[in-house]
Amino acid sequence: MRFTPLLNPSRWRTLQVSSLAVIVALLIVGIVFALSGVNPLTAYWEMLRGTLLDSRGLAEVARRMIPLLLIGAGLTLAFRAQFFNIGAEGQLLFGAMAAGAVALFLPITPLTLPLMFAAGALAGGGLALLAAWLRQRFAVNEILSTLMLNYGAFYLMLYLIGGPWKGKNVRGFMYSDEFAAGAQLPMIPNTLVHYPTLVLAILLAIALQILLTRTTLGFELRVVGENSSAAKYAGLKTSSIVTIMALITGGLAGLAGVGEVAGIHHRLLEPGQISLGYGFTAVIVAWLARGNPGLTLLTAPLMAVILAGGDVLKISLNLPFRIVDVFSGVMLLCLIASEIFITNKLVWSRAVKPTGSGGAS
Amino acid sequence: MTPVPPLLELIGITKRFPGVIANDGVNLELRRGEILALLGENGAGKSTLMSILYGLYRPDEGEIRLAGQPVQIGSPALALRMGIGLVPQHPVLVGRHTVAENLALGVGAAVMPAQRLEPRIRALALEYGLAVDPRARVSDLSPGEKQRVEILRALLRGAEVLILDEPTSVLTPQEAESLFGVMRGLRGAGKSLIFISHKLEEVLQICDTITVLRRGRVVGNLPVLGATKEGLAELMVGRSVNFERKRVSPVCDMPLLEVTDLSAKSARGLPALRDLSFTLHRGEVLGVAGVAGNGQSELIEVLAGLRPSTGRVMLNGRKLEGGAAQRFKAGVAHIPEDRIQMGIVPTMSVAENLTLREYGAAPLANGFWKDANAIDQNAQGAVKTFDIATPSIHTQARLLSGGNIQKVILARELAGNPKLILAVHPTYGLDIGATDSVHRTLLERTTRGAGVLLVSEDLEELMSLSDSIAVLYHGSLHGPFPVNSVTKQQIGLMMTGANFEPVGAA
Repeated sequence: MRFTPLLNPSRWRTLQVSSLAVIVALLIVGIVFALSGVNPLTAYWEMLRGTLLDSRGLAEVARRMIPLLLIGAGLTLAFRAQFFNIGAEGQLLFGAMAAGAVALFLPITPLTLPLMFAAGALAGGGLALLAAWLRQRFAVNEILSTLMLNYGAFYLMLYLIGGPWKGKNVRGFMYSDEFAAGAQLPMIPNTLVHYPTLVLAILLAIALQILLTRTTLGFELRVVGENSSAAKYAGLKTSSIVTIMALITGGLAGLAGVGEVAGIHHRLLEPGQISLGYGFTAVIVAWLARGNPGLTLLTAPLMAVILAGGDVLKISLNLPFRIVDVFSGVMLLCLIASEIFITNKLVWSRAVKPTGSGGAS
Repeated sequence: MTPVPPLLELIGITKRFPGVIANDGVNLELRRGEILALLGENGAGKSTLMSILYGLYRPDEGEIRLAGQPVQIGSPALALRMGIGLVPQHPVLVGRHTVAENLALGVGAAVMPAQRLEPRIRALALEYGLAVDPRARVSDLSPGEKQRVEILRALLRGAEVLILDEPTSVLTPQEAESLFGVMRGLRGAGKSLIFISHKLEEVLQICDTITVLRRGRVVGNLPVLGATKEGLAELMVGRSVNFERKRVSPVCDMPLLEVTDLSAKSARGLPALRDLSFTLHRGEVLGVAGVAGNGQSELIEVLAGLRPSTGRVMLNGRKLEGGAAQRFKAGVAHIPEDRIQMGIVPTMSVAENLTLREYGAAPLANGFWKDANAIDQNAQGAVKTFDIATPSIHTQARLLSGGNIQKVILARELAGNPKLILAVHPTYGLDIGATDSVHRTLLERTTRGAGVLLVSEDLEELMSLSDSIAVLYHGSLHGPFPVNSVTKQQIGLMMTGANFEPVGAA
């Protein structure tokens, strides 16, 4: 048994391998279900019934899909440029804080909501830009810096809601005051689906796909990501390209934060309850989409089903909610492990043939 | 009495890989005390054949006979035991260890292996003129010395047949000469050598017989006596090759590139270029020779706008400044040293790679938007003009052969009729056919008035293409000298730091 490299793997193969990876992940999680005393088939059936086959469940999926789609689409762009942004959690929180500042401290006008989105995008983008700048100026690995900045954002928010931004009417709780009605997003009745953000997310995912494939900026971004020395050789302005990319990827995470606080919570509260791990789950969304922002329109709902399904499992089968983390972890692991099967073919042969790289040279 | 069988005989060796027949019924004979040249272009099957001989591959068909006896060579260890040694093109040595320690790997005694090997190393070195200090650290050795260590390794293992894989590609002319001396000594001592090369002069100089491979088949088997460069090249390529490169039209006197007191630092911050001054005229090819790492890369990077420098650079009477993109617009084309790492984006299509310079300008783009039709048209034009062999313009560039990748780069860089062409090792690793087309393209541009600054480690190439030649040594420039006022040997000496003033240089 050995790997032989495939020179030119087709897109079809990518799809096959990725789907297979998802199936393998489902099998492994099935074992986890079995170990915790639940029939895997029951668990999966419950998940399906409680999400896609139920109108309230469907709304729950849509609500979860909004931040995943926004962040995931932005991350595909970052991954394409070889900028491994693991800090969407923090960027989301920065977006939420900026939106909170606008909602709480500026006069409420018809422009309040657009202003919240703009401020959130800038704040999230700014945080990603900090990591990008650190990488360009001091060669700080962006995986570490973005990950660490998550903690910075988390505790900054805790400080704000427990200190200067603590609501006047919330007694002992760590909340801000509730946003005024003019700073709240409309929702589809009886759901938590703040549809303006949903529409925005879908439009942005499509726009990013167009940006990547049809524009000169998209071309530059790919050159920088796929061969940075060629970018330097051709005289591309790498630093400004990376700056724009960071603003986009962080900005979209910031928008997701705005959507969460303006659409669902209507106030700033404990950061973990706002971000809910969307920033990390979106990494899987982006990875599954293989760097195509447009494909997050498919992969974001998939992960949203799993997140919403976790809630269902908690309620109907009394499983711990953390089962969702197991799900995400196994899924990501399987996807990363499946990479090798995209570029290589597994050959089963018992004969101990000497393995050459093949071909005459 | 029957005639003595050849020391080594390959009969009808066939090796297939998926989609390719790398060796197709190859016959080869090697006699005792003979140097056999194995000639062939890239992909002709030389490496596969030698890998079979060294036990790395097994042939699908055919027989190997050693001194008349059929043998199976299952592994390199077996090959060594049968007396077949391989001297790899790039030495495989542990840099931090001494020569003796490296050589003791696999053959040394259990206790104090290196020290106990030293007398044998010294004796062998003396016998064959392989001067190398057993206690020297390998990282301190020159490429030529490292190669001697590899030869010693094969001899220590008792090799009777030595395979030398493109051994001169990393050597200066002087080092190559000394290698040839060693090879003659080995032949005199009854060893048999297989010399793999595509440098025809060397083959004619050192070998006794020549076997030529083309597309996996033996297309010629001839004694060196009576062989000519042209004849061999024709056998290799399958069509006649013209080695005449010199143009008839004289270089015009108008200065194109004037460099004054140019200095720059290397990536490590050490001085890499020291007060260079030279002039390149329109239509001139200025060859820059030098052992790798003497400032060639830095010189090209400075001129291409990739490295800061001090001093003055004028192109056509105007100051040349700015970054890479700005200089390209000013008419500076750059055929980079590392064509895959720098010259292309391997994962992007041929069409996209062809737009790497001007993707942002009309007609390839309409403001912010790429024009897909224009990009395709541009690619189709380039594929036609430069005869790029690619399945489609949307094929990933990494799937192309080296020669075709270089054609993609040439097509892109020369598209705007540049005034100055910076070419670094433009034919490194290319076969004769591709080399020929690169050379022709460059020379054709000089007839249109472009100047070429050619950096190459291949002195043959430099001497045949250049109108004048300069040598970089430790960041200082010697020359330029008119090409017919210096010999290859003199250039070689300057490459190692000797001071030299050619007679005709005024």
